[in-house]
Amino acid sequence: MIAADAVGGILLASVTLYAVLGGADFGGGLWDLLAGGDRRGSAPRRLIDDTITPVWEANHVWLVFDLVIFWTAFPHAFAAVMTTLALPLWLALLGIVLRGVGFAFRKEVHGLGAQRLFGAMFAVSSLLVPFFMGTVVGAIATGRVPANGSRADLAAWTSGTCVLTGLLFTAACGYLAAVYLTGEAARAGDEPMSSYFARRAEGAGVVSGALSLGALASLRGSLLYSRLTGRALPLVILAGVAGVTVFVLLVSGQRMASGQTPWLRSVAALGVAAVVWGWGVAQYPVLLPGTAVTLVNAGAPDGTLIAIIWLFAVLVLLIGPSFALLFLLQGKRVLYHAMEEPVAVQRVGTRVASGHARTAALAVVAVAVIRRLRR
Amino acid sequence: MAATLGFHIILACLGIALPSIVLLAEFIGLRRRDEVAMLLARRWSQAMGVLVAVGAVTGTVLSFEMGLLWPGLMRQYGAVLGLPFGIEGLFFFLEAIFTGIYLYGWRRLPGWAHWWTGVPIALSGILGAMSVMAVNSWMNQPGGFTATNGQVTSVDPWQVFFNHAATYEMPHMILAAYMVSGFSVAAVYAWGILRGRKDRYHYTGFALGFVPAAALTPVQIFVGDTAARSIAHDQPVKFAAMEYVARTSSHVPEWLGGVYVNGHVYGGLSIPDMDSLLVGFTPGTKVTGWDTVPGAERPPVVWLIHLCFDVMVGLGFLLLLAGLWALWAWWRGRALPRSRLFWLVGAVSGVAAIVAMECGWVVTEVGRQPWVVYKLMTTSQAATTNGGVIASLTVVIVLYAVLGAATVGMLRMLARRWRRSQELVP
Repeated sequence: MIAADAVGGILLASVTLYAVLGGADFGGGLWDLLAGGDRRGSAPRRLIDDTITPVWEANHVWLVFDLVIFWTAFPHAFAAVMTTLALPLWLALLGIVLRGVGFAFRKEVHGLGAQRLFGAMFAVSSLLVPFFMGTVVGAIATGRVPANGSRADLAAWTSGTCVLTGLLFTAACGYLAAVYLTGEAARAGDEPMSSYFARRAEGAGVVSGALSLGALASLRGSLLYSRLTGRALPLVILAGVAGVTVFVLLVSGQRMASGQTPWLRSVAALGVAAVVWGWGVAQYPVLLPGTAVTLVNAGAPDGTLIAIIWLFAVLVLLIGPSFALLFLLQGKRVLYHAMEEPVAVQRVGTRVASGHARTAALAVVAVAVIRRLRR
Repeated sequence: MAATLGFHIILACLGIALPSIVLLAEFIGLRRRDEVAMLLARRWSQAMGVLVAVGAVTGTVLSFEMGLLWPGLMRQYGAVLGLPFGIEGLFFFLEAIFTGIYLYGWRRLPGWAHWWTGVPIALSGILGAMSVMAVNSWMNQPGGFTATNGQVTSVDPWQVFFNHAATYEMPHMILAAYMVSGFSVAAVYAWGILRGRKDRYHYTGFALGFVPAAALTPVQIFVGDTAARSIAHDQPVKFAAMEYVARTSSHVPEWLGGVYVNGHVYGGLSIPDMDSLLVGFTPGTKVTGWDTVPGAERPPVVWLIHLCFDVMVGLGFLLLLAGLWALWAWWRGRALPRSRLFWLVGAVSGVAAIVAMECGWVVTEVGRQPWVVYKLMTTSQAATTNGGVIASLTVVIVLYAVLGAATVGMLRMLARRWRRSQELVP
């Protein structure tokens, strides 16, 4: 009982870490996509590249770890989720592959065309992953995964709420990335880039806030809604306060003092973490809402759960200092990807792709809004 | 799944062992102030960056596929086989974090400090491989849990991790990883030497890969031999398929090559009593045949299993010969063999090691069929009930073909660029 709850907490903590660390790397792809033409977009792209390169693989491992804990601790629920939501998960997976490969290869190729191709691959797939992950979370939260799910279900993850959650995830990733990059640029003393990303962080913050409220409103009448406005309300308020604090800091401190930036980033991450935990608390102790599957009755035997708790303790002891070292060295700008050979000066991305992608993104938002209005 | 695994495993091998080889090069570079070894270490770590990225995403694909393709397996045994995967996750973290530091710290970290940041990568590669092999060997020799009415009710993590098959599968795979990586690296430079680039850079690159790989080959043959004998005991039907033992009997002959069709072996060479001798060291040893289980519980396509086994063993011995040749030449004249044939062998040794390793996987995986968890769950019970498996598999295979081609293309591009800069700086 206690073991199952503890492992539930471990799972949620790992999901949170993936959201605030891995999520920001996907957000970097969003800003890469929207950075404009080859020349205009070169400075922000370079900053994104330098910031993400040494850390994205380590951040990405949280996803693998989440999956492993999920299937080890709650195997039945895992099988149901993976079967019912097979399609969005396949699509997210495709995005993950293309993102990683596109990002890694773009650095190594020299030709403008090849850089554009891999850059576009990286940037567009960075949008797909959080969106489809969002629809998966939306489908679980709205109780569309049956306990014995054995068929893929299209309707489960295409409801208005799920689409809104998907958009919210994408926007939140962009928000986190912009806030982190603002800090990164400020620390490097790059004033123009710092205010460039501060503006984008403000915009993404407003969009994320609006989408959160929209998603919340679309849940009205459900158990989840009453829980979110009930026992999870402190977390919802915390998320709101964190969001507003970051916004005020960004707007007031256009000239970002470098001492201020670790603060700024922590508060933004706290806001996103509060949303994740709000969801967890609202849904507790049920694992798959709408069914009788709870943390306790879906849990693996005690031997397994206790082993996971030990594993996590060891993980925190070993991985914590290692991550600290990685981020410390990155913060001190010790880690550079340029090797011995001089790397081509042009940093280019996705002029052609970005126009289409912007149109597509707008279209998706429009469809979602229309669907909501029609109800 | 098989296709993904077949592709990922090559990258996994490189992920496990390449860091050690890069570290070896850097160690020599630092110790002897050897500029050439240092240059090789830097360049290899650039290639490692590409391979690690591709390995990270294909590894993720595998963890998704566990659920997307095998929900039946996960539903039933996720609680058991998940634990070693969790431990693997721990080492994956260490690997990814320190790879980030090692690969991008070349410029600004001082020499030996930089070298030490690579050590956790090499260690966690080995320990991570042990964890993954724990899962596979558990599927061959499941244990460490109790079940009532088909529900897993208690789990003993230690027994799951160190199951019986793990004792031979773990070292066999880790050695295979070192051989694949070492011979692959050596092959690249042997190729360059064949093309006339006979300089110190190429000889050093060749030796750094070839020497560790060749030194481990006899160890691998010993471990493999032990493994085969254990399989004859633990999974007699798999062993019967490997060696064409249709009926349980003593004085069993050893078949080299040959295709088994309807009770006859065509085109194979038979050595009398040899199989019994290998299993129990006397010709009178009784070897269990596949007639001991009903037809539905025998692996399909025994000829494939047998031929793959023979190819693996044969290539292992050829690689051993290549190593002995180099050793002999070194003993005679403190130099690598001059003969063009040696360098040709060197140039194909990488592919040979990869083929041998893939054949080994076919033996252990196809040989376990129709079971996914030996004697407990069949593969069809484990597979997803969703339609469209064929479609999604096709997409995966096409994607992987493109990915594989792109990765190879990328490495070749790096090589070309290095060669150009070589010509500029003589």
